[in-house]
Amino acid sequence: MDQQARGAADRGGVMISVDIRSRIGDFPLDVQFRGEGGVTALFGRSGAGKSSVVNAIAGLLRPETGRIVIDDDVLFDAERGIDVAVHKRRIGCVFQDARLFPHLTVRQNLTYGARFSKGRDGAVDFDRIVDLLGISAILDRGPHNLSGGEKSRVALGRAFLSRPRLLLMDEPFAALDDQRKAELLPYLEKLRDEFGIPIVYVSHAMAEVARLADTLVLMADGRVTRFGPVADVLSDAATAPLLGLREAGAILQGQVLDHAEDGLTQVATAGGTIWLPRMRSGRGAKVRLRILAQDVLVATEAPNGLSALNVLRGQITDIRIGNGPGALIQIALGDDRILARITRRSAQTLGLAVGKTVYAILKTVSVAPENIADS
Amino acid sequence: MFAGLSPDQWQAVALSVRVAVVAMLGCLPFALLTAYALARWDFWGKSILNGLVLLPLILPPVVTGYVLLLLFSKSGVVGSFLYDWFGITFAFRWTGAALAAGIMAFPLMVRAMRLAIEAVDPKLEQAASTLGASRFWVFVTVTLPLTLPGILAGAILGFAKAIGEFGATITFVSNIPGETRTLPIAIYTLLQVPGTESQVLRLVVAAVILALGAVLLSEWISRRVARRIGAGS
Repeated sequence: MDQQARGAADRGGVMISVDIRSRIGDFPLDVQFRGEGGVTALFGRSGAGKSSVVNAIAGLLRPETGRIVIDDDVLFDAERGIDVAVHKRRIGCVFQDARLFPHLTVRQNLTYGARFSKGRDGAVDFDRIVDLLGISAILDRGPHNLSGGEKSRVALGRAFLSRPRLLLMDEPFAALDDQRKAELLPYLEKLRDEFGIPIVYVSHAMAEVARLADTLVLMADGRVTRFGPVADVLSDAATAPLLGLREAGAILQGQVLDHAEDGLTQVATAGGTIWLPRMRSGRGAKVRLRILAQDVLVATEAPNGLSALNVLRGQITDIRIGNGPGALIQIALGDDRILARITRRSAQTLGLAVGKTVYAILKTVSVAPENIADS
Repeated sequence: MFAGLSPDQWQAVALSVRVAVVAMLGCLPFALLTAYALARWDFWGKSILNGLVLLPLILPPVVTGYVLLLLFSKSGVVGSFLYDWFGITFAFRWTGAALAAGIMAFPLMVRAMRLAIEAVDPKLEQAASTLGASRFWVFVTVTLPLTLPGILAGAILGFAKAIGEFGATITFVSNIPGETRTLPIAIYTLLQVPGTESQVLRLVVAAVILALGAVLLSEWISRRVARRIGAGS
């Protein structure tokens, strides 16, 4: 088991299993996947059917056939005629448009779900949530004069306070600009870690998914093209073209060793130590780095006289030659695997082959802050 | 100005108000249910129900009054049943006037409320149900408060229509002083007698004051409600 999957198990390990088929207008939906605790991310282009899957889990859309099970609770089973009502599913939703109730104050919005969840175990403390989300100053305001980021935070808090056993998030921050989004993700990570509520997260932004997900479900045209632990899926050279080659990039686990005075942070990884732009995480913190395949160079010998600070030694585990001029090389660094996107010509010139020891070279500045997260 | 009314005229004004209030309050729950059904449910015969609701608006009021007479007189299908089982009579009573006024006001009330319910974003109702609210609680805590201005508008419209109702009322329950002679019927009766112009004028002023009062009240209430719901809705 890799580090991600272990992290997921630590967070409760609630099993979600979806197996549904339906037809929405002319659009066929045929989706099977399983996620285990933590964050299960549904990733795909708009129109891939992600929202339909989320609506089916919430009970807002009834599939024609199939089953939806959370742990041992069957929420939907077409054959057995089971279709649990939306309000009895205990599944919280955070929608893209925050959907706050306009006739209630922020405080009343936050406590709306509490009256229906009395007597449930797993108390979520109101003050703690308000504190974590930083919304104590706006509790008595109405939703209509909140900023977009504030609305999203209130929607997030409202869903958590209804004490759900699963949280569905359908591109919750898609309406916000990148800066606001970057501000909100840490709130979500705090809530996830503190309350251990499993999350199904819909997104079409790979950076978000790589940062948050434990399980990744790739969707296209109403079907699941691949699902599994996020590190496995993202480091799979065969899957990378499905994500778009520019987005292809694997996850590397690391631990912060030191912050240097020249603005760099030293991180230990399975392939050796590397230097990255200054991080916020403190010494000893475990971090998750997304390394884009196009930012990795490959050398067959340890390079000399090179400006790059990061040279990682590993072994080639897979080579995929595409239709174009490029090739994807999967390199194992201990338990982790990263991808390198180079030209076919280079691959042939260097004589790359599975099993060969190579050096992956990574420019320090190429790891952008949005591709670094605490894990 | 009201001081200039004779006891008979006072009686007509008071009767009109009573008839209109009872008609409006009696209609309210049915109109709300019908409006909700038309706005949110899909069922067989929806367009037929819609047509039936609108019928009193389209038919000549005399026809509506006559149909009521056929149905609700003591020998009528519904009237005899109500009299035998509950001892309720409508024919030639003020309750009949309220029934006629209510039937005539019904389409206007349903229309206003239906528009208000349709304006409530179903996504908000979905959000409420994912937070654990059953259909009933979704209606009470989300749909109803957001529809309140429309319900009030519909109620005031219904009240105004009921105050002014003439044709169906006079056909169904006739023109009995103190029992079914409402404000419009009293004006009509006076107009049949020469030399009553000043009395007619006083009743007309009373009618204008009533109507204006209702409109101002509704404006005031809906402003307060709108402020509470917030500019965002």
